[in-house]
Amino acid sequence: MLEIPCPFCGPRPEVEFRCGGEADIRRPADPDRCSDRAWTDYLWNRTNPKGVHRERWWHVHGCRRWFVVSRHTVSDTILAVSDSGQTAQPQETAADG
Amino acid sequence: MRRGRYSFAALVRHALSGHRRWPPAWRRREPKRAYDVVIVGGGGHGLATAYYLAAEHGVRDVAVVEKGWIGGGNTGRNTTIIRSNYLHPESIALYDHALRLWPTLSLELDFNIMFSDRGVMMLAHDLHDERILKRHIHANRLLGVDNRWLSPAEAKAFCPPLNIDPRARYPVLGAALQERGGVARHDAVAWGYARAADRLGVHILEGIEVKAIRRRGDRVLGVETDRGVIAAGRIGVVVAGHSSVVLGTAGLRLPIESFPLQALVSEPVKPVFPCVVMSNRVHAYISQSDKGELVIGAGTDQYVSYSQRGGIQVIRHNLEAILELFPIFARLRLMRQWAGIVDVTPDRSPIIGPTPIRGLYVNAGWGTGGFKATPGSGHLFAWTLAHEEPHPIVAPFGLDRFESGRLIDESAAAAVAH
Amino acid sequence: MAEGPVRLPVGGRIDRKRRLAFRFDGRRLAGHPGDSLASALLANGIRLVARSFKYHRPRGIYAAGPEEPCALVELRRDEARVDPNCPAGEVELFDGLEARSQNRWPSLAWDVGALADRLKPLLPAGFYYKTFRWPAALWTRLYEPLIRRMAGVGRAPRLPDPDRYAHRHHHCDVLVVGAGAAGLVAAELLGRAGLSVLLVESRAQPGGWLADGGAGVRLDGDAAPHWLQAQLARLEALEGVRLLTRSTAFGLYDHGFVGVLERIADHLPLPAPGTPRERLWWVRAKAVLITTGCLERPLVFPDNDRPGVMLAGAAAHYLHHHGVLVGRRPVIFTNNDSVYGLALELARAGAAVTVVDVRPAPPARWERELCEAGVRMLCGRAVVGSEGRSGLHTVHILALDADPALSLPKPLAADALLVSGGLQPNAALFAQARGRLCFDEELGAWRPDEAPPRLWAAGGANGRLSLAAAVEDAARAARDVIRSLGGREPRLELPRVEEETFAQTPFWCSPLKGAAAARRAFVDLHNDVTVADIAVAIREGYRAIEHLKRYTTAGMGPDQGKIVQGNLQGLVARELGRAVQEVGTTTFRQPWTPVPFAALVGAHRGPLFEPLRTPPTHPWAEAHGALFEDVGPWRRARVFPRSGEDLEAALRREARAVRTACGVIDASTLGKIEVAGPDAAIFLDRIYTIAVSRLRVGRCRYGLMLRDDGMVLDDGVVARLEEHRFHLTTTTGGAARVLAWLEEWHQTEWPELRLWITSTTEQWATIALSGPRARELLARLAEGIDLDGAAFPHMSFREGRIAGVPARVFRISFTGELGFEINVEAGFGLHLWEALIEAGSDLGLTPYGTEAMHLLRAEKGYVIVGQETDGTVSPLDLGLEGLLAKNKGDFIGRRALALPALQSPERKQLVGLLPSEPGSVLEEGAQLVPSPEATPPAVSEGHVTSSYFSPNLERSFALALLARGRQRHGERLWATRLDGAPVPVEVVPPCFYDPEGQRLRM
Repeated sequence: MLEIPCPFCGPRPEVEFRCGGEADIRRPADPDRCSDRAWTDYLWNRTNPKGVHRERWWHVHGCRRWFVVSRHTVSDTILAVSDSGQTAQPQETAADG
Repeated sequence: MRRGRYSFAALVRHALSGHRRWPPAWRRREPKRAYDVVIVGGGGHGLATAYYLAAEHGVRDVAVVEKGWIGGGNTGRNTTIIRSNYLHPESIALYDHALRLWPTLSLELDFNIMFSDRGVMMLAHDLHDERILKRHIHANRLLGVDNRWLSPAEAKAFCPPLNIDPRARYPVLGAALQERGGVARHDAVAWGYARAADRLGVHILEGIEVKAIRRRGDRVLGVETDRGVIAAGRIGVVVAGHSSVVLGTAGLRLPIESFPLQALVSEPVKPVFPCVVMSNRVHAYISQSDKGELVIGAGTDQYVSYSQRGGIQVIRHNLEAILELFPIFARLRLMRQWAGIVDVTPDRSPIIGPTPIRGLYVNAGWGTGGFKATPGSGHLFAWTLAHEEPHPIVAPFGLDRFESGRLIDESAAAAVAH
Repeated sequence: MAEGPVRLPVGGRIDRKRRLAFRFDGRRLAGHPGDSLASALLANGIRLVARSFKYHRPRGIYAAGPEEPCALVELRRDEARVDPNCPAGEVELFDGLEARSQNRWPSLAWDVGALADRLKPLLPAGFYYKTFRWPAALWTRLYEPLIRRMAGVGRAPRLPDPDRYAHRHHHCDVLVVGAGAAGLVAAELLGRAGLSVLLVESRAQPGGWLADGGAGVRLDGDAAPHWLQAQLARLEALEGVRLLTRSTAFGLYDHGFVGVLERIADHLPLPAPGTPRERLWWVRAKAVLITTGCLERPLVFPDNDRPGVMLAGAAAHYLHHHGVLVGRRPVIFTNNDSVYGLALELARAGAAVTVVDVRPAPPARWERELCEAGVRMLCGRAVVGSEGRSGLHTVHILALDADPALSLPKPLAADALLVSGGLQPNAALFAQARGRLCFDEELGAWRPDEAPPRLWAAGGANGRLSLAAAVEDAARAARDVIRSLGGREPRLELPRVEEETFAQTPFWCSPLKGAAAARRAFVDLHNDVTVADIAVAIREGYRAIEHLKRYTTAGMGPDQGKIVQGNLQGLVARELGRAVQEVGTTTFRQPWTPVPFAALVGAHRGPLFEPLRTPPTHPWAEAHGALFEDVGPWRRARVFPRSGEDLEAALRREARAVRTACGVIDASTLGKIEVAGPDAAIFLDRIYTIAVSRLRVGRCRYGLMLRDDGMVLDDGVVARLEEHRFHLTTTTGGAARVLAWLEEWHQTEWPELRLWITSTTEQWATIALSGPRARELLARLAEGIDLDGAAFPHMSFREGRIAGVPARVFRISFTGELGFEINVEAGFGLHLWEALIEAGSDLGLTPYGTEAMHLLRAEKGYVIVGQETDGTVSPLDLGLEGLLAKNKGDFIGRRALALPALQSPERKQLVGLLPSEPGSVLEEGAQLVPSPEATPPAVSEGHVTSSYFSPNLERSFALALLARGRQRHGERLWATRLDGAPVPVEVVPPCFYDPEGQRLRM
């Protein structure tokens, strides 16, 4: 079980969180001007990297805040965490893996 | 009789020479510079594809390129459940195509893959479950696929350890039984296909890693490996757990995320569990292996990972559910836990067929349930590679369905991994 | 001279004054407190205790710990407390213990299964892959059941487990695993640095190898046991250090998370009243230090499996812990120095000891003492065979430089053969936690190489085989840990260890040439995998170590090959002519030792598995004989049968009452959410398909929420309580999901919107009252609300008092009748319900359950999310285009509705169905086909989503999703049945009752 460094509550066990998948997925700003391809790319396609993954976590059994974690998907080591949602500029701070 | 054919008589004969004269099940080969077809990934699906290409389409200049050892991915890490009682007609056709190949596979491959049609029973714990399972039964039967409804007492008769106490937290209201479903010996499936393919001239290249797909424009040229370039005009990528990584080298973005899927076994005990039982509601499935271990699985972990590990809390919750259904297993002990990497698509259906790059074909996204499809997937993918167009059964499963919106959503009914 | 194992008159940590009675296979025997089952069996002269997995070979006690591959027994406390596959050396003896041997029939001495041993030429590795294929049907019916019966070892219990299991969560700075010399020294240093330390030891006493005698080493000039006592006292004095014994760290998981199983009562006949049998500690440590010492590797030679063959370390254990001499004429077979202390001790205890060392000369340090003690030395030789069916009596010894084709092995009488293939670091936990191992050619074993964050290994587990090196390494690791945690380094003088360096020479297998070649040399004693099996497998192409494991089953037994791996990899390397490092290891997985399912689950069983939720009127419903159904996490009343009524009769009565008089249902399970703030309306416009911003204060509207792929996610009513304050309802099952959905979109997509989202599901009890007489009834209880139709129109809400308590009343309806949903503070829910029941008795007020609710809404064609929809249904499919606001801008799911597949006329659309036979109720889930003769495989055109008999329509009807359904009203189709031929139905619009909605507006 991972230990997720919630930027608001400190390190907490994974069971308190939900993982919200890849961060940085942009919902097209003007859906009406967006092609079917662009729209379904937003809906379905994912980077799914073997390496560092920026992903959203939600502290559901805690502060209920969303934040972004950078985690290596092979070692599962957590490299950084930023305290804002995906639209804000991430303030990355080192976190203990 | 071909040399090295397996049989009881052959066992007796080889016993006289201390079994020192068995030929290799598959040979070690040096990679050639080019093949007609290169299959990337030596799991069950890839090996089956190569076998059927050679056996049914006369395409024998085939290499299966495997970065590790064959059958070392999800083929060797799953809970081996085989069934075809899916919901949508497209899925039923696909999975039943596989299920029809299983019973004679041992004979066809000359390798006992121990397919055991002991029956797969899916439990209903509330009226909603009952409605969904019955919808499956209706849909299956219409397509000639067996599936029937059992009362709690009938379910108990079919699986004596099952707790059908109506006061249980999740009482058993009934079950859907597919009698043709069952299990098989997963490793043997890989080995059996490898051996049969090898005999038809297919090169099985273990320990060679594909680093990139080579293309020129929209046409595929071959694969770059750690042992040099291997050219091929047709390439089938069948690398469950690494589909995004391998196809990413060809510039493709996929509707796939890779999650850990865990499973566990108990220590071996004498026969106590005669069938396969699944419960979507409590997220658990269980059977007993021929060696005697209870083989138990659950849903995926929640985060993308290529580590082949997951969190113990998933196992713990899984066992809570198992003890709820089978309280007599409480004192049995967890002997080993492990995980595979499953490529999950948004609609929980696989992606099979051509890609925007000519000559490059994909077979991926089987999620948590790919093992059951192994023979069918290989059979249909071989057809697709041989004809350079999708077989009618796999045509609805193309990558293009995500753009058109024509998804085949099995997730409504498959909240649990299996 | 007498033969076999015997209890010595002195020595060991047993209490010879007290006797414990126990039984093995029904035989009454006695032991002493301090015995293990294995030591007690040995003390009783018993050597045959088990049968092997495949060949049913007679087997004895081979080890003293969890690595035991042979002596697995079934413990039986009562019918429900049956524990199969317990290693006999791990079982602490208690009075009345009952053990049975396993995998034999009819008895241990006479086992029919041993026939397999006679058929061994036909049963090489993987024989089952080569036969049993014909005819195909016989596999499942004949061959497989036979194999299954032969396989498995113990038996599963037949009754549920009555014992309790506890969990404890523990946070500490450092978890030290293993209280041997290294662990004890490290824990002291860490404790002195002011860190909180949990030190866990799987045995009943700490000390590890030192407690096993320590081969006579001296620390600080003291004998090992004395130093141990003093060290434990030093730890005791450190406040931050806690020692847990009988506690096994079985699994190292991610980020310093470790599972530790504490066996509280396994050494007792039964757990003390009120205490659990076992406690699982879930430890989160900032650092984990692994000091699990070494495992002894067996030696592989022909017939190395007889009862009487045992690890040398186990013999030392039985001698030091239990005062048991495992044989009076033992032969020790070794490739290393670790056994010489034992040889002396056995000789001094009166045994006639012979040491067979594969090396040309004994270590110089021991030579004189050995000679004095009368130990016979045979160097440069190997054991190449043994005799003794159910107990060893002779070993065969061959000079290694002799030509095996010419020279004959020499027999030597022996009643025990103690083997030591060298020590190998016990680094399983290190590898579990993703530590990388490397093969150390000098050690001839794998040792930790690269550690992941938070993890350290030290001592024997880190490849430091001599005590002096191990202690030094432990101090080094402890200092590293202290530095990494930012602690202050304490001064500590390490114990002075008087011990020579330790040497071992890798030795994978005795020569198998000549006569020996026909004998079996076992690599895996549990699964009966031999050297020949490995060779056959390699020849057949199974060269990868994982293929070899899987093909031969080596290392796959309950012991998980703890002492198999080293030899297996060495043999494979030799066979392939490759380095062991290249051959690699199989993956190390949790758990280190088996963990009972019940211990992992703890208290989460029965009612605590997944807590059940009940609405406020549940006690009333129970008292009034309701039948219930589970909906998501809730248990809801399904019908309220009166005496003599069955479900169907009660349903019809309830459904009629709502249409003709009035009814009440507890709808508290509906999710309720308040959204407030200046931008709440903008937000909800984007969330819902409807234009929430155009809703006037005091009004409500029904709306859908879509996923961004256009499919229906949930539905419910939005009420505008104030300009900037909204009350939303969700489906019962969707409450948590929708709350999460709103929070996610707000925080991650539109964080600039100013609003707050709060779940109020638990704050409000909701009682829905509906029927033509609902207003009349409500008027009797309402204060401060004008109930007149014009003053309080359909789809509006008012606040006031109902039955004396503050209430929000929504004039909405899920039945199609005049309806009010009354929300009161949750604690008043039952009060309101009872007040309504009392006030409505003369108006025909009838409580109704979910079944009538479903029927009534279906008569109106109202959909249930999750029944008419399944995640693949869009609002267009449901004919709810009217709910898609046109001019309010974008909302979630809108864009996807324009995708070609979602616009396709071929999609399934919601329709009504009338069965041609008005009395026949269609089956929910039935498929719709164009002809009654449709034989499989036939194309489905749609399926029945809801189906009922309506007492109001006096006929059956159904809702369905049907391809091109809206164009097909009037068409005749057939619906499949599970038992019988399809039945004809007519396609109609999906509303069967009051299509104009007059009754809602009364």
